Amino acid sequence: MLLNQFLVLGAALFAFGVYGLLVRRNVVLILLSVELMLNAVNINLIAFESYLVSAQAVGQVFAIFVITVAAAEVGIGLAIVLMIFRNRKSANVDDLSLMRW
Amino acid sequence: MVGMRALVIAAEEGGHGAVEAGTGGFWADTAGIMLVLPFVAFLLILAFGKRLKYKGGELAVGALAINLLWATVLFVLNMTGGVLDQTTFEIARIGSDLVFELGWVVDGLSIMMYFLVNFVGLLVFIYALGYMEGDVRVDWFFAAFSLFAGAMLVLVGAPNLIQMIIGWEGVGLASYFLIGFYWEDLDNVRAGNKAFMTNKVADVGLILGTILVGVAIGSFDFSELSIAAAEHAEALGAVAVAGGLLLFFGAMGKSAQFPLHIWLPDAMAGPTPVSALMHAATMVTAGIYLMARVFPLFQNLAQDTRGLMVVIGAITLFAIGLLALVADDIKKVLAYSTVSQLGYMMTAVAAGGYTAGLFHLFTHAFFKALLFLGAGAVIHAVHSNNMSDMGGLRKEMPTTYWTFVVGSLALAGIIPLAGFWSKDEILATLGHEGYTAVMWIAIAGAFVTAFYMARAVALTFHGTYKGEGHPHEAPRVMTAPLVGLAIPSIFVGILNIPGVDWPGIGNFTEWLGVRVVPMGDYHPEGIDWSLAAIGLVAAGAGLALGWLIFSRDRATQKARDRFEVPALYPLLRQKYFIDHAALGVVGATTGPIARFIDWTNTYIIDGIINLVGGVVKALGEFVYGTIDQRAVDGVFNGLSAVTDGAGSAVRRLQTGRVQQYAAGFVAGALILVVVFVLIV
Repeated sequence: MLLNQFLVLGAALFAFGVYGLLVRRNVVLILLSVELMLNAVNINLIAFESYLVSAQAVGQVFAIFVITVAAAEVGIGLAIVLMIFRNRKSANVDDLSLMRW
Repeated sequence: MVGMRALVIAAEEGGHGAVEAGTGGFWADTAGIMLVLPFVAFLLILAFGKRLKYKGGELAVGALAINLLWATVLFVLNMTGGVLDQTTFEIARIGSDLVFELGWVVDGLSIMMYFLVNFVGLLVFIYALGYMEGDVRVDWFFAAFSLFAGAMLVLVGAPNLIQMIIGWEGVGLASYFLIGFYWEDLDNVRAGNKAFMTNKVADVGLILGTILVGVAIGSFDFSELSIAAAEHAEALGAVAVAGGLLLFFGAMGKSAQFPLHIWLPDAMAGPTPVSALMHAATMVTAGIYLMARVFPLFQNLAQDTRGLMVVIGAITLFAIGLLALVADDIKKVLAYSTVSQLGYMMTAVAAGGYTAGLFHLFTHAFFKALLFLGAGAVIHAVHSNNMSDMGGLRKEMPTTYWTFVVGSLALAGIIPLAGFWSKDEILATLGHEGYTAVMWIAIAGAFVTAFYMARAVALTFHGTYKGEGHPHEAPRVMTAPLVGLAIPSIFVGILNIPGVDWPGIGNFTEWLGVRVVPMGDYHPEGIDWSLAAIGLVAAGAGLALGWLIFSRDRATQKARDRFEVPALYPLLRQKYFIDHAALGVVGATTGPIARFIDWTNTYIIDGIINLVGGVVKALGEFVYGTIDQRAVDGVFNGLSAVTDGAGSAVRRLQTGRVQQYAAGFVAGALILVVVFVLIV
């Protein structure tokens, strides 16, 4: 079975996502990084599903859930980014440290 | 009805006798409507209040008017035959036997409170229509006020401790909203916070007590608790003292007992109708109500807690009453007075006077609400809370003046007004139960009460006007409730004259006695006239002394002073004239003796009066300045400083940089992964 290859792909994708999340300054790119991490999880789910083959296709169902949640999250996230950009003329997270003590 | 054991009540001998559970018929079965209507009004006002003519005031008044119909019918039914019923709905179940239910109790105690809350509440709401007209956020005012009424009725209708806590927190929340109603001023917000937090400290006691007692008997139901206490159940006996003390601690917060009274004077920051209904007539009596609900616990099992409770009540009634002597803000005078009267009620209930304490609660609600509404009418007219800006208002505001005087005399305990009978019963109970020293403190408290009320009346309504503008009488919508409260302030005392049974209806003691188990409290067989006379003399002396000192306000009224003091002079001379006519020496000795009497009057009698007044005032200032302001407030300020410091230290973590948070998150996840890998 091609399990290890998929897991390596998933781990790599997840690591890219974490990297992007932590070092990117543009909010849109940070959101993209989050999407990468979610999809890394999806790959893991599908890989294990096809390896173990559960009766109710649990892995696939969860993958669908993750996709749905990701879509909802990116919808809200982009709306927020849009409002911030309109108000502050910037999408740089370093400029957005207003919520502090 | 549901889940109630068949029970028999033994009221006082010759009274209603046994009342079967489940009586009351339609009105008792539907009494729950009273608990719901104010909440409906609350939601409707929030939704539509702004568009209505009176900003939702009409909805609030309408809800309480319907409620009052139910409350009055139940009150009359209970007078004539006794009503005992309980309707509950199961909401949740913990394990197999701890049940959480909501519902309503209809018995002597709750009917009295239903009537009181709805009657005083309706009058105060009507008054508020005039008082709040043109003010800010009137719709929110009436919404929060309706929320309070609903929560208060949930509290008094509670068949179990859990529902009581729900109502208890509800009234606390409404109190917080309304104390901080004028939140543009930071002081008012602080007053609201102070009230809320002080009550929270006490609520810990209430909740722990509820858990302790509820788990011990396997039920939170008041009737189960009463029965267990009456039967001296062992499981309850083991936790009775601790549970009783914890519940008492909860009651101390809501009912402003020393040293948790500090929030009540500050709570006067709210609009005056709020002070009248919540912080005088009803909400602050919730603690007394709780003590009365669980009275069998204290009467049968937790007698050891009595001494402490009586002492705290006695300190409250006397020491805090003294503070009213030095306050200039008329609402603060009334607030300290309220604390003092709550001390009377607590002392009475703690000493075993179930009826005495609750009867004082009943009469006090009428005349203290009346006094607050009168003070509100004055404040409305002169635009100041300070009595130093008032004076001489009796001509401009006759209705307010006369109703205020009625309220003051009722509070001072002058026969035959309401306060006399209830206060006398408390004194009789204290004497009978052997708390003689506390009884004398209570009598001294009666003196102080009369003294500060005489002062308040004199400074507000007599002398010359010292404020600005031209005050005028309040509109009819405000004076009508004053009259509506003045009438019961005069007459309700006769409902419970010791030894008197009114034909067909009995008396207040019997109505209150309609509970699942006999209360077994002390109720005097007849009036103890010597005790009544002592109380009356103390009150009369207080009134006279207060009047003598404060009816002549020194600086602005020298001319009037000169007229007032010699006003006694002709009277004295008249008496002397008769003596000397008999002796046949008219004329020759008139002058010298008159001058001697005048000299005696001016230097010796006035000197004694001023000395006593000065000592009392200094004592009051000492209690206020040192004990209240430094020691008691210091503890609470210290607590808040610690909380504040901890908050300042921790808030630095909030850098506002999202990616720092994300980095922390990833690091935490990595640590968990490492731990997971190492362990598994």
